[in-house]
Amino acid sequence: MTATTHRAVGTPLARLEGPKKVTGAAKYAAEYPQDDLAYAWIVQSPVARGRLDAVVVDPTDEAIVVLWHGNAPRLRDADDPELAVLQSAAISYRGQPVALVVADTPEGARRAAQTVRLEITAEEHDTVLRTDHPELYTPETVNPGFPSETAAGDVDRAWAAAPVRIDVEYATPALHNNPMEPHATIARWDGDELTLWDSNQHPSGVAATVSQVFGMRPDQTRVITEHVGGGFGSKGTARPNAVLAAMGARVTGRPVKLALPRQQMFTVVGHRTPTRQRIRLAATSDGALTAIDHQAFSQSSRLFEFAEQTAVATRHMYAAPNRRTGHRLLRLDMPTPRWMRAPGEAPGMFALECAMDELAAELGIDPIELRVRNEPEVEPETGTPFTSRHYVDCLRQGAERFGWSGRDPRPRQRREGDWWIGTGVAGATYPAMAQPSTARVRAFDDGGFEVAIGAADLGTGARTILTQIAADALGVPVERITIRIGDSSLPKASVAGGSSGSASWGWAVTGACRALRESGEREAVFDTTELIQKQEKEGRHAFGAHFAEVRVDAVTGEVRVSRLFGMYAAGRILNPRTARSQFLGGMIMGMGMALHEEGVLDPAMGEWVNHDLAEYHIPAHADVENIDAAWLDEQDDQLNPMGSKGVGEIGIVGSPAAIVNAVWHATGVRVRDLPVRLDKLLPHL
Amino acid sequence: MKTFTYRSATGFADGLEPGAVFLAGGTNLVDLMKLGVAAPDVLVDVNRLVADEISELPGGGLRIGAGVRNSDLAADPRVRTRYPVLSQALLAGASGQLRNMATTGGNLLQRTRCRYFMDATKPCNKHAPGTGCPARDGDHRNLAILGGSDACIATHPSDMAVALVALDAVVNTSGPAGERRIPAEELHRLPGDAPERDTVLEHGELITSVDLPAVEVTNSAYRKARDRASYAFAVGSVAAALTVAGGTVGDVRLAWGAVAPKPWRARIAEERLRGAPATRESFLAAADAELAGARALRDNAYKIALMRNLTASVLERLAAAGGTR
Ligand SMILES: Cc1cc2nc3c(=O)[nH]c(=O)nc-3n(C[C@H](O)[C@H](O)[C@H](O)COP(=O)(O)OP(=O)(O)OC[C@H]3O[C@@H](n4cnc5c(N)ncnc54)[C@H](O)[C@@H]3O)c2cc1C
Repeated sequence: MTATTHRAVGTPLARLEGPKKVTGAAKYAAEYPQDDLAYAWIVQSPVARGRLDAVVVDPTDEAIVVLWHGNAPRLRDADDPELAVLQSAAISYRGQPVALVVADTPEGARRAAQTVRLEITAEEHDTVLRTDHPELYTPETVNPGFPSETAAGDVDRAWAAAPVRIDVEYATPALHNNPMEPHATIARWDGDELTLWDSNQHPSGVAATVSQVFGMRPDQTRVITEHVGGGFGSKGTARPNAVLAAMGARVTGRPVKLALPRQQMFTVVGHRTPTRQRIRLAATSDGALTAIDHQAFSQSSRLFEFAEQTAVATRHMYAAPNRRTGHRLLRLDMPTPRWMRAPGEAPGMFALECAMDELAAELGIDPIELRVRNEPEVEPETGTPFTSRHYVDCLRQGAERFGWSGRDPRPRQRREGDWWIGTGVAGATYPAMAQPSTARVRAFDDGGFEVAIGAADLGTGARTILTQIAADALGVPVERITIRIGDSSLPKASVAGGSSGSASWGWAVTGACRALRESGEREAVFDTTELIQKQEKEGRHAFGAHFAEVRVDAVTGEVRVSRLFGMYAAGRILNPRTARSQFLGGMIMGMGMALHEEGVLDPAMGEWVNHDLAEYHIPAHADVENIDAAWLDEQDDQLNPMGSKGVGEIGIVGSPAAIVNAVWHATGVRVRDLPVRLDKLLPHL
Repeated sequence: MKTFTYRSATGFADGLEPGAVFLAGGTNLVDLMKLGVAAPDVLVDVNRLVADEISELPGGGLRIGAGVRNSDLAADPRVRTRYPVLSQALLAGASGQLRNMATTGGNLLQRTRCRYFMDATKPCNKHAPGTGCPARDGDHRNLAILGGSDACIATHPSDMAVALVALDAVVNTSGPAGERRIPAEELHRLPGDAPERDTVLEHGELITSVDLPAVEVTNSAYRKARDRASYAFAVGSVAAALTVAGGTVGDVRLAWGAVAPKPWRARIAEERLRGAPATRESFLAAADAELAGARALRDNAYKIALMRNLTASVLERLAAAGGTR
């Protein structure tokens, strides 16, 4: 081994698979040729609640088989009832898969799915989240295991005594992940061995789950996930497409492809729950918070309890002696929500950071100054010290770069032509997590190394970063490293989720590389399970601050974001190029959450009616004018060998609030239900 | 999608076959076929049949072949200088890729984006006559405030068509009853009790070209309000042309988009404006007169304020730009 002094980590190495992607050579799940391939299409329930009594197939259709609960193979229970597809007559939501057509062509499958007759007994449904619903309840825990409720001090007394108070309600709509690559699976059985080419964030996890569903040993399913066009949480676990493709392949004895069309993704693969939130803030007249109370309402399906951790970030953001957070959940005849980029933090921090802005205005204190005055020394609820916390630095340095000083705090003061102009700020936070993973490294005679881990690269740059980490741990240039990921037959890796991929996998890769160097062997394997179990779980967060300048057209109410800037303290930045793209992507998605995205519910139909990308808006290029991200050089050696925190999600946390606060500053209008669209502003302009 | 036969049209009569539908750029029709909302038996491809040229008409007008792509039409120097409202309307629509495919004929005949119409699993009087209109009580934020009926409140989504209606364009067709010249304003019909029929065209009637009359007013503009900066259908739009002489409105053309089942020529407003002072007050009063007939539902009343503001703003700008002939 030749030692090098050059460090790869921290350099802006371009994505290794970039050339393959732009030339079309990189293969996605649906793109692996198969002999004798058949195509599947999902038939969705047209009612939100009821029973499917029978399925009548049009004999002129070209279906090889139409599967439904009357003839589908029996499956074993998985932890996720959404995967018990075609197992029962009960219909739990509109859009639920109730039958599967397999045909020789995709068009034939789709047509048969459109003409199949479903005999259904429909029942009254209930699909609207309300804060006065009698069936609301407090779940035992919220994801991924936090207590639903926390309290310290006496909020009511502090509230009664406070000179300045804010009591506001916010609403966020259902949001839909919509990764560029829709969910897709090709399934092929070779005897009792199943191979899935599947688009997901966790090949090892999908293999284990699908094996469980079909009553097999975990190693009987192999999941290949070479390239993934995004997931944003919706591909974190096996989705119904993986199970249905495998079922269709088993029944027909042919490889089967199931690629979801965009329209089906709105119901079949998960979404972000709508929320209703009430925030009460009490403060002294010089802006010291005396009480924080954050109560969040969200929904789940009849199938299982998915309890989003909406108010959890509020537990560590600001100091206050009296505090309370709580979650209430309502089970509706709707699809099960799932993770979507910063689940919990994104909607929760929208509410908290807008409320802080409202309090700042009420107090007549600059919103940055208000936050600085309430900076906690330790985690306010647990008393745990932070491994590192540079929130105030992000606010101050971000303010300087953005040009905050001299801002007139009064709303509706700046007008240029038809445009009202304003600026806003909001904080950001995201937990710094790591999960057990195993990596293997092999040395070859030509001086090269193969690093293998069953991780998934969703387009984030994971493959590239792991190569950099391995190169440094082995002390060789990156060219000598061959990285293998995206295959469940490789050493088991944790999910590409919770912004924990680089930390978790990088830790295992570092461990394996160091073990190889120390042992002098040709191969080393390293499992981080024990090290991670020993780690303290609290006090580990990344922080940041978002700044926005918007203009609002006084004629139409249209909002444009002239500038969006994020300043982050997220540990050591492993690759500035890929990190920047994560920060910017998160901020743009935050812009979508603030201004565009909304699943529009028709309560009579029991369905979101805007289920394609012409009607469900995300920002277009023209919406992104001037956007930038910067970060502090944060040292934190208590987290993992790289000193890194996740960067994938923090960009969407707080950026919506910064934009909404800027809209208020521009116009004097507080919009508390997202998205901020022209019809909500126009009457007040 | 239902199995269909495909053939390239050789003559106008090809479209007469029952179950036949013309295919141009396919950017709307093919989507609807995939969704099961349109299920033709025969696709008659007109791309080789209809002209894709823009030519001068005697007397100063322009003839736009029905096959001219939206991007080519928007970029044509004659259109840009003589009919800026048309070029602007085209460029405000869809995306670069779509405009490269979309044709003049197809754009005029594109169907509503009403979310119930676009979903074959839902009731809709337009795609399944007699099944009802769930939009009235459901999602109608972007549906009609003018010209709707109990049976249908769909809006016509085209930007281009709004400009053509403002310009008094004429649609030339060839069909079973021979050739016809239909004023653009009369091409689309209001839904009444028969919302399944969008236009006055007969089965098999082909749009061959669109005539723009000789320019009288080059001082024209299109303004579109939408839910994001680009690549979004209008939530309200205004096409206008204006001349002002001595502070008084001379000629004025005004058409609105995204408020009615058809591109809406604001005749009442125009009437009010001719000879009136070219001031913001008259512009607002004219818009109000037109909007007196508006019927808003729970979530689309904002369009009334929006159209009022947009109309005044566009006319003010045109008046300031000189408004000369
Ligand atoms: C995502 C998206 C966004 C869009 N945004 C906008 C927008 O912002 N503004 C806007 O105005 N439009 C927008 N569009 C719509 C687009 O402009 C239309 O799809 C396009 O203009 C249709 O033209 P085409 O040639 O592709 O028509 P086709 O899809 O081929 O045909 C449409 C209809 O016209 C008929 N037809 C076509 N040619 C003739 C003819 N010569 N004679 C008789 N009948 C004919 C067909 O039978 C069919 O019924 C958008 C479309 C999409 C998919």
